[in-house]
Amino acid sequence: MTYQPQTDFGTPASRSEDQVTLTIDGRETTVPAGTSVMRAASEQGTAIPKLCATDSLASFGSCRLCLVEIEGRRGTPASCTTPVEPGMVVHTQTPHLAKLRKGVMELYISDHPLDCLTCAANGDCELQDQAGNVGLRDVRYAADATHLGQTKDHSNPYFDFDPSKCIACSRCVRACDEVQGTLALTVQGRGFDSKISAGLSSDNFLGSECVSCGACVQACPTATLVEKSVVEIGTPERAVVTTCAYCGVGCTFRAEMRGEQLVRMVPWKDGKANRGHSCVKGRFAWGYAQHQDRILKPMIRAAASDPWREVEWEEAFTYAASELKRISAKFGKQALGGITSSRCTNEETFLVQKLIRAGFGNNNVDTCARVCHSPTGYGLKTTFGTSAGTQDFDSVEDSDVILVIGANPTDGHPVFASRMKRRLRAGAKLIVIDPRRTDLVRSPHIEAQHHLALRPGTNVAVLTAMAHTIVTEGLVDEAFVRERCDWNEFKDWADFVSLERNSPETLEPVTQVPAADLRAAARLYATGGNGAIYYGLGVTEHSQGSSTVMAIANLAMATGNIGHRGVGVNPLRGQNNVQGACDMGSFPHELPGYRHISDAATRREFEAEWGVALDPEPGLRIPNMLDAATDGVFKALYVQGEDILQSDPNTQHVAAGLAAMECVIVHDLFLNETANYAHIFLPGSTFLEKNGTFTNAERRIQMVRKVMSPLNGLEDWEVTQELARALGLDWNYTHPSEIMDEVARLTPSFSGVSFDKLDEEGSLQWPVNEAAPNGSPIMHIDGFVRGKGKFVVTDYVPTDEKTGPRFPLLLTTGRILSHYNVGAQTRRTDNVVWHEEDLLEIHPTDAENRGIKSGDWVKLASRAGETTLRATVTERVAPGVVYTTFHHPMTQANVVTTDYSDWATNCPEYKVTAVQISSSNGPTNWQEGYDQHARNARRIETAEAAE
Amino acid sequence: MSSTLDNLVRMANQIATNLKHEADPVGAMAEHIRLFWDPRMKQIIFAHDGTGLSPDAAKAIDALKASA
Repeated sequence: MTYQPQTDFGTPASRSEDQVTLTIDGRETTVPAGTSVMRAASEQGTAIPKLCATDSLASFGSCRLCLVEIEGRRGTPASCTTPVEPGMVVHTQTPHLAKLRKGVMELYISDHPLDCLTCAANGDCELQDQAGNVGLRDVRYAADATHLGQTKDHSNPYFDFDPSKCIACSRCVRACDEVQGTLALTVQGRGFDSKISAGLSSDNFLGSECVSCGACVQACPTATLVEKSVVEIGTPERAVVTTCAYCGVGCTFRAEMRGEQLVRMVPWKDGKANRGHSCVKGRFAWGYAQHQDRILKPMIRAAASDPWREVEWEEAFTYAASELKRISAKFGKQALGGITSSRCTNEETFLVQKLIRAGFGNNNVDTCARVCHSPTGYGLKTTFGTSAGTQDFDSVEDSDVILVIGANPTDGHPVFASRMKRRLRAGAKLIVIDPRRTDLVRSPHIEAQHHLALRPGTNVAVLTAMAHTIVTEGLVDEAFVRERCDWNEFKDWADFVSLERNSPETLEPVTQVPAADLRAAARLYATGGNGAIYYGLGVTEHSQGSSTVMAIANLAMATGNIGHRGVGVNPLRGQNNVQGACDMGSFPHELPGYRHISDAATRREFEAEWGVALDPEPGLRIPNMLDAATDGVFKALYVQGEDILQSDPNTQHVAAGLAAMECVIVHDLFLNETANYAHIFLPGSTFLEKNGTFTNAERRIQMVRKVMSPLNGLEDWEVTQELARALGLDWNYTHPSEIMDEVARLTPSFSGVSFDKLDEEGSLQWPVNEAAPNGSPIMHIDGFVRGKGKFVVTDYVPTDEKTGPRFPLLLTTGRILSHYNVGAQTRRTDNVVWHEEDLLEIHPTDAENRGIKSGDWVKLASRAGETTLRATVTERVAPGVVYTTFHHPMTQANVVTTDYSDWATNCPEYKVTAVQISSSNGPTNWQEGYDQHARNARRIETAEAAE
Repeated sequence: MSSTLDNLVRMANQIATNLKHEADPVGAMAEHIRLFWDPRMKQIIFAHDGTGLSPDAAKAIDALKASA
């Protein structure tokens, strides 16, 4: 599309169902009750001049530019703060109004630098526009007292703050308050001394509590807050709507471009997942796409110890195919497998699993969801019948009680966290179940009613004790259960949870949660109105991850919190396309649409479409592949978009598995850690360079649109197709839309999905079929997908990972706002200014006992291995618990995590590792050895100079 | 035992423990392994003499082996 700013209606839309008719400038218009006069005028095409108003914020009424005349009323009210009334007659342009507005604008411009021609916002500045709109031609006031010439704040890596250009409209402050919910900004001083300030006057933006979400920059009507990229490149000339490639919220953005150069990413106001908001990653951290570390040529080598040799695509595909065929012939087809990625599109993922099933001839395909949300798939399919969350994000607006367990949304899912915090500030109650005191527990204007700081590994005990409270205190929604669930299974479950051994009091020594607090939290969830549960990897990445998911589902069913807005069970997916990768048949036991490979009827559909016989037996999961590799029977792996060496547990075991293979094909943007063991490297394309779809945590399928040519020459789906063709498969897709058409033909829940339909609707939440042609925002409305909801007894089983004298502390791992997963993308952006290295959080008591201070190097040791990193002493973690992130390869937090995993899915138990901490004076031998190995493995042979 | 066999025995015991409240725990465990374990994993556990397996896990594996 040609560049146009997004339409700004001035004030938010009203949700009223009542309609009001009024007349504006002689034209009758009908709008929902509660709409402002400004918005009503804007919707009928009349743009009333404005500065302090924008439709992402509540009306403010300070700039005095949007004045109107209303027949029968005295004065000239501000249209932004005046709601419509039946029969109202409004005039937006009269000589009197024109004079008033010109006077207001004259005052603004008298204190504004007149450097429009060299200003970064020239042509994209509301102040400039409004000066023109009101016909301002000269300024009569002397520039004696102004704010001109003030010092600019360049501290933030992504945007500048120039107070000289500020008109004190407070849009930035209100955006930080209302949209982001951080409340980092304020108006310091009064009257002429008013000044926007990030925190204390001594703070700059970087040093303040600002989280760089960009809401203030987006809200600013001038160039006071402006992206550095706009300053450097200039204003954009076109915009393409696409979907963010970071977390599972799935924010949609306008990629604003000049030619093929990305100028900025601006959150799309019509995006149904993010509703016009963004976080520091999606908004700003896209520089990795052009980073010098990107590999743009295919490379091969005979052994991982050799230097890489750059080759043309054709040679790479031919070599890869010959190696795969050689290994298949020598070791059997079961010696081959592949891993799809939650960072890749649905279409790419579908092709990879198709390549493995139809080309490799087995079901040895798995996805990184194995190590994050595979228990969600198992648990929700068992209890509800569908491997997905039940709600859309909008649902949180109707929640009365929000229970967050094992999730840190302000860091991991920041845009949804802002929406959640907005609801909490409006009065919803909050329960947080987490070993750490996450930011959500207490932040500006938000305080959890209950923070159950449980001992890591006791989720099932806590949830069962909550169920005990709900059942034994008569808080079950019996009518819901009788109508919607299997009553006999409910009775078995109720009898079990009612046992005294499941009471909060009995379990308190295990969970370390005070029984009275746990009971109060259970009562609140059961009786506080609409109760919604949001959870993350702190639920799934345990030896009882699947049991915990089912325990959550039990609670929701027992209290009737399923099937309408405001309630539900909501997994917060870590990566952008976790849901989609699972939907597309990435698991070794399931074809697309979660249909088991052993089902002959389902298999026949795929066999007919693909023209091959499919193996009816489930394939290997990632950890099983690695076990088979070290056993010498699994020899070749195609990994698209994943870095299992850094992200998977027990790094040394992963390394041993990879080293035992004869052909490791890594298809990625960078020479990641896994590539240190690879023989073939196929360069990948970024989300900016390809077409396709992602499916977010609310089952929302959204378009990913190519805004620039792939630097490597091929989109990722084309790379997989060429590899398949080299193996002899007759694939002839010409566009990803054809792949989605095939998905729709083969997958009942996607039967109504097509690129055309997505273009038309903007997004679709599956199931999309005859019964729900426009998708399904809320699931299980009239009944569960499986029929009757299934209660499952979830008996607490302590993990085999025990603390003891050698390893007395429990390590739990997580994420930080500024980085994403293994950090391959965000470490190659300016986000490193907020997080240069992984740090170990340790409680003051544990630190003192070991003589450790913040900033000290410490050794983190477990039964699996040891690494070193620096410590930060904090009460965010409880005594006995330590915490770190896994964003940096030299820390390799997964050197210490173990092989223990979820009983049902093999999802690793990242969240519980027994460790010891001690002082250290630098990297371990393993870290130094790995560093040397990585340097060696990344050598690229330089071409000999031509004669 | 090999590392892989150790893992499989541990996994089998975990499954048995977590499915013990099912109406037919042995049947449920056998079905779980049928649905989620690849043929090689099944062959390894079928060939194992049962050392380290819990009684329910051993019964389930015997049942699955008999039906295979």
